[in-house]
Amino acid sequence: MDRAATADRIAALIAPFNKKGVDVTDATTFAGDLEFDSLTVMDFVAAIEDEFDIIISMNQQAEIETYGQLVDAVVKLQG
Amino acid sequence: MTDLFSKFDPLIKQREDLLSTGVTDPFSLVMERVISPTVAVCNGRETILLGTYNYMGMTFDADVIASGKQALDDFGSGTTGSRVLNGTYAGHRAVEDALKDFYGMDHAMVFSTGYQANLGIISTIAGKGDYIVLDIDSHASIWDGCKMGDAEVVPFKHNDIVAMEKRLKRIPEGAGKLVVLEGVYSMLGDIAPLKEMIKVAKDNGAMVLVDEAHSMGFIGPNGRGVAEDQGCLEDVDFVIGTFSKSVGTVGGFCVSNHPKFEIMRLVCRPYVFTASLPPSVVATAATSIRKLMHAGAKRAHLWENSGTLHKGLKDLGFQLGTEEPQSAIIAVIMPDLERGAAMWEALLHEGLYVNLARPPATPAGMTLLRCSLCAEHSAEQVQTIIGRFERAGKIAGII
Repeated sequence: MDRAATADRIAALIAPFNKKGVDVTDATTFAGDLEFDSLTVMDFVAAIEDEFDIIISMNQQAEIETYGQLVDAVVKLQG
Repeated sequence: MTDLFSKFDPLIKQREDLLSTGVTDPFSLVMERVISPTVAVCNGRETILLGTYNYMGMTFDADVIASGKQALDDFGSGTTGSRVLNGTYAGHRAVEDALKDFYGMDHAMVFSTGYQANLGIISTIAGKGDYIVLDIDSHASIWDGCKMGDAEVVPFKHNDIVAMEKRLKRIPEGAGKLVVLEGVYSMLGDIAPLKEMIKVAKDNGAMVLVDEAHSMGFIGPNGRGVAEDQGCLEDVDFVIGTFSKSVGTVGGFCVSNHPKFEIMRLVCRPYVFTASLPPSVVATAATSIRKLMHAGAKRAHLWENSGTLHKGLKDLGFQLGTEEPQSAIIAVIMPDLERGAAMWEALLHEGLYVNLARPPATPAGMTLLRCSLCAEHSAEQVQTIIGRFERAGKIAGII
């Protein structure tokens, strides 16, 4: 799957977690802009993992701060 | 110069805001005198203890105390050394033998604290390229063990068997897998469906570690914990436990039937690079563990206490962590930290001590008043406790 298609699917998944309706770009940060707390992160990561049938370990999550980094990671994890 | 402490400013402010309301600091209580496993003097007031995890009330057991005094006389106040150098005394072997007998397992390894037992075992057995699959509500010592090791860490939603299975199935073929579970989760006092979860773990080729810190001594026919109670203890590869709850002193351990387990003593850094427990501590632990093997009457009374308190608080209208009592922990859910602290203080004024638990230690950002019952609480004390909750709950506006 190419980056654009992956990004579209992630965009659909993020909507219910984007409570403040933040305009999401590749530079949007989860902790800062979207104000995700640890529980939201867990639910959101689980949604992504189930959608793409992948594992994003805590170790990998630590490297992902922005929406763009997440899309890149998911593209890479799908192999 | 950047002040390295600036990262704590939000917490410092939260504390200042809380204390500025005039509430007693819930995190700096001093027990001035301890009268029994269930009563202490705090702020000059005789207080019933309902937040000590002293489940079996062994801290003042006459045999336990006598063995500790004897060990102090015979072996001195401390070992001043690592278990693998000069820090293994006869008593350390004796308490490991007591654990092997208690659990009916081949190997037992004693650490200086329960925290170190999780830290050491988890960080050592799961290495680079391995995967740890663990419950999101795991204790801090489990998380820290994960952080200290080099394995990939994959959490799943609390007690969610399907979420656990999905993650196990996605792990690359050939990778080592460790599933980490707890028998009793100490924040809400709920138990895990270990039988189902361990079956899924085994079907997917994982080894299983279960922390039974909050079940030892009173859950299961022989007090071995939730896994024993659910008939799946033989499928657990590593049981982690502590001496600082039912056993009534301090220390931690891992018991296992793994044929190569003894190598842990050489490769597990939190075991090697710390001083061993004092002789008096291992002596009290060994005596206590052997007495806990024959504590059926105390276990039954503890369960009665748990049931009575759960029903009493539920009937008063408090919101509890579990629908039914599942352990010796009854968690009372507070609407927020401010009212939780006010309720905690009102209880203390009534002469009742419970744990105030708040984020990040609690799940879902909850503030909890965590009650842990003791087999030495009398039926009358439990009724007194319910009465004090009623008065404090009305003063603090919770009920």
